[in-house]
Amino acid sequence: MAVVSRGFGARRRESDPRLPPGQYLTEDFPVLSAGPTPRIDLDQWRFAIRSETGSQVSWTWDEFQALPIEDVDTDIHCVTRWSKLGTSWRGVSLDTLLESVESEAEYAMAHSYGGYTTNIPLDELRDGQAWVAFEFDGEPLDPEHGGPARLLVPHLYFWKSAKWVRGLTLMDDDEPGFWEQNGYNMHGDPWTEERYW
Amino acid sequence: MTVGGWQPARVVEAVGATPSARLLHLQVPGWPGNEAGQHVDIRLTAEDGYQAVRSYSIGSYGPGETIELAVDEIPDGEVSPYLVRDVLPGDELEVKGPLGGYFVWRPGGAAPVQLIAGGSGIVPLMAMVRAATDAGAAASVRLLYSVRTPEDAIYRDELERTATDGGVGLTWRYTRAAPDGWTGHVGRVDDDVLRAAVWEPGREPIFFVCGPTGFVEHVADALVGLGYPSARIRTERFGGG
Ligand SMILES: Cc1cc2nc3c(=O)[nH]c(=O)nc-3n(C[C@H](O)[C@H](O)[C@H](O)COP(=O)(O)OP(=O)(O)OC[C@H]3O[C@@H](n4cnc5c(N)ncnc54)[C@H](O)[C@@H]3O)c2cc1C
Repeated sequence: MAVVSRGFGARRRESDPRLPPGQYLTEDFPVLSAGPTPRIDLDQWRFAIRSETGSQVSWTWDEFQALPIEDVDTDIHCVTRWSKLGTSWRGVSLDTLLESVESEAEYAMAHSYGGYTTNIPLDELRDGQAWVAFEFDGEPLDPEHGGPARLLVPHLYFWKSAKWVRGLTLMDDDEPGFWEQNGYNMHGDPWTEERYW
Repeated sequence: MTVGGWQPARVVEAVGATPSARLLHLQVPGWPGNEAGQHVDIRLTAEDGYQAVRSYSIGSYGPGETIELAVDEIPDGEVSPYLVRDVLPGDELEVKGPLGGYFVWRPGGAAPVQLIAGGSGIVPLMAMVRAATDAGAAASVRLLYSVRTPEDAIYRDELERTATDGGVGLTWRYTRAAPDGWTGHVGRVDDDVLRAAVWEPGREPIFFVCGPTGFVEHVADALVGLGYPSARIRTERFGGG
């Protein structure tokens, strides 16, 4: 039984069935990251996938833009409790990117410019569930939101949607990434509140 | 670090810290203690079962079953006005924590420490100031604290005392109005302020920067621009502007 806090509730926010438990709605777009915002030149940008056997595919910015691009309308949920509904993105599906790689691996580690990492089971990246996104709301993605490109895995807490993403390493065994080593859940499903260890 | 479920907590003290902020002491039976810089999630439940949860940094550190929070009121907010105006000693709420294993300071490092706070961003940094003072490491710690006016500084007296006792090096930055007799500039933290207040790059300081998102973004960018490596700049963003 939850403890009732005397007199609380006067300024409650509207609830919405699209909100996972423990989340509240925000209209703006909060920024959360562990350090300063990296700035990456499009000329220098690469996205690479390395398989568990060490073989690698990579795309330059122009090569990436030539891949099939999808529009994505989705809700996003941050572990710090804000959710934003009906956000719109453009990016390349992980299904498209993973087609170029032979792999039996079950897990991926996303790597970012700036050194951030986060682990995700490959099943969570396939079947139209994840993208590398480079546009938000019809504009190029702002650096503070992960531009030029970030991972977008909207069905998991947003720390899994690595900003400034530069690639994936496919792995046979799961390993914790940056926040996962620092107290966050290995999986991160907002609907079952997989927030912390 | 394993975080358990929600634990009941009782407000044992609630005192004004600034015109818009209040210090809350919570007694949490079975609290495992916390490191300097960690935070808790606070859960409030209304009579009809409605709940809201927000994160608050812990201003205290170490063992003991009482933790100190400092909450600044966001005028249109849902939770902070309740914690700043309505909650009274004896009232109950729930906490989960301690949380966060990254934005923490532990004694023993060789590098000097640079703390940079905007507004209520002082809270986790205050825990670090206290921990460093207790560990005899205060001389290697500098704090740059940006507030709108002198009255808006949480922990003002304790910080002044720590600084006068030969402890943490303290620099104030006022963005709207300075105290009487102030000879420095008034305005946002800029490169000049950072150059004057921060350990020089050659000393290879480690940074903890905390405050509203806009403040943290601005300061962290400026530090990178001044040549400090990103990898040594840890940030915690409280949200909002
Ligand atoms: C790790 C962490 C530690 C934190 N520690 C502290 C702390 O020690 N002391 C403290 O006072 N707060 C702290 N915060 C912020 C706190 O969690 C709440 O966001 C804040 O109290 C506002 O909650 P609210 O319910 O009153 O406002 P809400 O109802 O959530 O928001 C109202 C509006 O204000 C905006 N807003 C939210 N936060 C801020 C802000 N900080 N500045 C300006 N606008 C804002 C929102 O975007 C929204 O539009 C921390 C946040 C995090 C993530």
